[in-house]
Amino acid sequence: MPQLNRDTRHAISFTLNGKPAQGHAEPRMLLSDFLVHELGLTSVHVGCEHGVCGACTVRIDGAVGRACLTFAVQVDGKKVDTVESLTPEEGGLNELQKSFRSNHGLQCGYCTPGILMSLSAYLEENPKPSEDELRDMLSGHLCRCTGYVNIVRAVMEHVGNAP
Amino acid sequence: MKPSPFDYIRAASAEEALDGLAAHGEDARILAGGLSLVPMLNFRLVEPAMVIDISGIGALDYIRLDNGAVEIGAATRQSALERWDGIADRLPLVHAAFPHIGHYQTRSRGTVCGSVAHSDPSSELPLCLAVLGGEAVLRSAAGERRVAASDFQTGMLTTAKRDDEMVAAVRFPVAEPGSGYAFAEMAQRRGDFAIVALAASASGERVRLGVGGVADHPTVRQWDGLAGGALDDALNAFAWELGGYDDVHATARYRRELVRRLGRKVIEEARSCRS
Repeated sequence: MPQLNRDTRHAISFTLNGKPAQGHAEPRMLLSDFLVHELGLTSVHVGCEHGVCGACTVRIDGAVGRACLTFAVQVDGKKVDTVESLTPEEGGLNELQKSFRSNHGLQCGYCTPGILMSLSAYLEENPKPSEDELRDMLSGHLCRCTGYVNIVRAVMEHVGNAP
Repeated sequence: MKPSPFDYIRAASAEEALDGLAAHGEDARILAGGLSLVPMLNFRLVEPAMVIDISGIGALDYIRLDNGAVEIGAATRQSALERWDGIADRLPLVHAAFPHIGHYQTRSRGTVCGSVAHSDPSSELPLCLAVLGGEAVLRSAAGERRVAASDFQTGMLTTAKRDDEMVAAVRFPVAEPGSGYAFAEMAQRRGDFAIVALAASASGERVRLGVGGVADHPTVRQWDGLAGGALDDALNAFAWELGGYDDVHATARYRRELVRRLGRKVIEEARSCRS
């Protein structure tokens, strides 16, 4: 890739939730802003904008990442997944999302898409985490409503480790 | 919150990145995982004219054993080292530190070299590098040099790296047979910035203790054959020498107490791990 000029909006092509997507961004445009404002993915929630709160967590080539610490130009040619990617083909909620609903694992829901994206990657690596392991992983997300209790309950029930 | 405008190069090779640094010097910044640089860009604490992205350079994404050290390239993610099958045997101290290094969600993108290059005084990887006596491999278009960890980090977020250089790799010495290692940290939450972080190695009667989060860079002391009250005295003197400060997270007095108590704990744990 040649040098990208600061004042120019550059074409970006990538795979978003399994489908080709295009947009334009200046080099300084954060991936979080790009997904929300250019592509209308309002599920990407912007909280702290410095990598602490986890609300904007997405998957980039499969690995979890903070969209607010990534530039849109960096995902050119890559694969980005947001919480929309979790929707089953027939629509509705996937099993983990259903467990969040039935366990009241969210209140305002601002942190939820980020947490679900972390879990989608984490549970692939560690399908049956202990509660301690899960809480350690959740330390990368801020939730100011639930106190995490119902989030932990939802995940533990989902993975079949409910107390 | 937006970074100020910058030009961007996605470097295809280390040479391309180094040519960019040679041309732009202090106006350029290297971007790898972005976990340290991008928050500073978002806050406009740094406003480089040029950002050089090295995250896609395959030749810089490696972990290899070389001459008694584990060498880790500049594009290698922390999660790759965490999952490296040699980590527990070759780098037990780093292995023990890993749960404290950011979060699952940040280790997946953050790089090992990026953490060392950023040189936050409370970061775990620079602390481990200092205690183990490792090196930073600095490369420029003009050549390469290795700098000992103790000479590399010169203060808060400042290093011996020249503006035309990048941290191309870091080298952690492989664990010595018979030695023991231990790590402990106090933070508000697991993964947050350390109020105090401690790393120890023990080999025979010799112990090395490194402290992060108190002084403006990781500080290491080495003692021979200290035990009991003599060790307490040495830890107390070390705690005062570090020159702790009061801030919103903790008082200087509390930091000294953590150095004394956790210092003793990690030294004892490292000694008990000797084989």
